[in-house]
Formats: sequence, structure tokens, C-alpha cells
Amino acid sequence: MTGQQASRITYTLDSSLDSVNKVEQTAEQMARRAGVDEDEIFRISMAVREAAVNAVLHGNAYDPEKRMTASFENTGSSLVIRITDEGKGLDPSTLPDPLAPENLLRGSGRGIFLIRSFMDEVHFRQLHPGTELTLIKHLGSAQTGA
Amino acid sequence: MSMKISTRQVDGVTILDLGGRITLGEGSVQLRDSVRDLLSKGQKKILLNLGDVNYIDSSGIGELVSAYTTVRNQGGELKLLNLTRKVHDLLQITKLYTVFDVKDDEASAIASYSQV
Repeated sequence: MTGQQASRITYTLDSSLDSVNKVEQTAEQMARRAGVDEDEIFRISMAVREAAVNAVLHGNAYDPEKRMTASFENTGSSLVIRITDEGKGLDPSTLPDPLAPENLLRGSGRGIFLIRSFMDEVHFRQLHPGTELTLIKHLGSAQTGA
Repeated sequence: MSMKISTRQVDGVTILDLGGRITLGEGSVQLRDSVRDLLSKGQKKILLNLGDVNYIDSSGIGELVSAYTTVRNQGGELKLLNLTRKVHDLLQITKLYTVFDVKDDEASAIASYSQV
């Protein structure tokens, strides 16, 4: 578990806030082990938390019959986190721009925006049913030299 | 993992000292309930001291925005005090820094409320 090369772990979790917290903490530990600096640890763990919230809340709608999966992989050159849900699917092109003046005072709708802001790559894949989000942070510039 | 809230009054302004995390299911509901409670008591000058808030997610950001608009719609003023660097950066990224009235000194924050 301490190696940084091609280590991968996958969880299948129920649709709860406890699961969100577990996924967030796992991302934080993974980033820390990879030698990422503190600011990037915060950004990565927050992006992963937002993806997990999206899966549990908007995807699975807290349905106890539906699961979220979360996989964490350090490829050596990147941290790759995949979060899937079993919901209706998410078309990112339909999401309103949270920075648009008319949306600035909305009480929600910033999660995907923050994920995109904090990660180097974000990919959406429709699973029919469900959505898979792949979050990638390239190592190197984010590392402290550890 | 949860958020702590304590309330105090200074010169007609209600200061909510928040600490911990403002996230979905943790601090967001507490914050919403606290602000609604103040408004129901007619306390419409509200200063959120975020100095000890070490984490906030998009739900928490949304709750700050909702609190701001709710208070404003009732003729009150809600301002933010003592942002940590992380919260400051998040408000910058989301373009909310200029929406909120952000203060870094309590005394001048208190003095900035309208004397109505």
C-alpha cells in the first residue's frame, strides 16, 4: 500500500454521506502518499468529494438500492480517480455556467465547475444507467519533490 | 467533522463564529437554520466569522450565497469576516468574492453596518 507505482484500490459503497467522506479521505491519503503539496491535496480531495456528492446526491439520489464505486490509481505519472453512479446519467453540456451573472447567486450548481477547476483532466462517460467521472491529476508539477 | 457555531452580539450586529467544516450534511444545514433563526427574531445585521472554517465545499458555498440572498431579501445585511486562504480562493474562483462584503477586521466590520 505504500508503493507509488500502479497502486489501485476500488470501493463499492452505498449512497450515503459516510461514503462521500470515505472517498474524500481516501483521495487525500492517496495524494499525500504521492508527495503532492498541501494546496494540491486540498484541491484533489475537494474535487473527488464533489464528484462523490454528485454521484450520491444527484446520480443515485440517496437510493439505498444504488451503489457508488470509487477507484483510485496512481499510475506513477498521474493520479486517476473514477467515480461511478447508477443514476439517470449526466450530460455536462446541459449544466448552467455558475460564473454567468444570472447564475452567480444560485445556491447550487458549482460542483462540476470546481472539479474542472481543480483537476487537470475530467472525463464523463455515460453508463446506461449511470455516469462515470474520471478525474486526473498529473504528477510532477503538483509534487513537492518527495 | 462537524461545524461549530456560537453567537454573540456586538453593537446591534449578530456575529456567528463558525468553526470546522461547512459541507453537505454537516455545516450547511446548521448554517441555514442559524440564519433563519436570527431573521425570525428580527436580527438582520449578521456577520459570519469564518476564521476557524478550515473546509467548505460547493454545498457550503451555496449555503453562504443562500444566506446572503435570504438576509438581503428581508432588508438585512450579511457580511463575511476573517476568510481563511482556502475559503478566500474558493470565493475568487467562483467569482463570489466581489458579491460578498468581505471584512478582515471585526471592529471595522461592525462599524460598516448601516445605523438604522
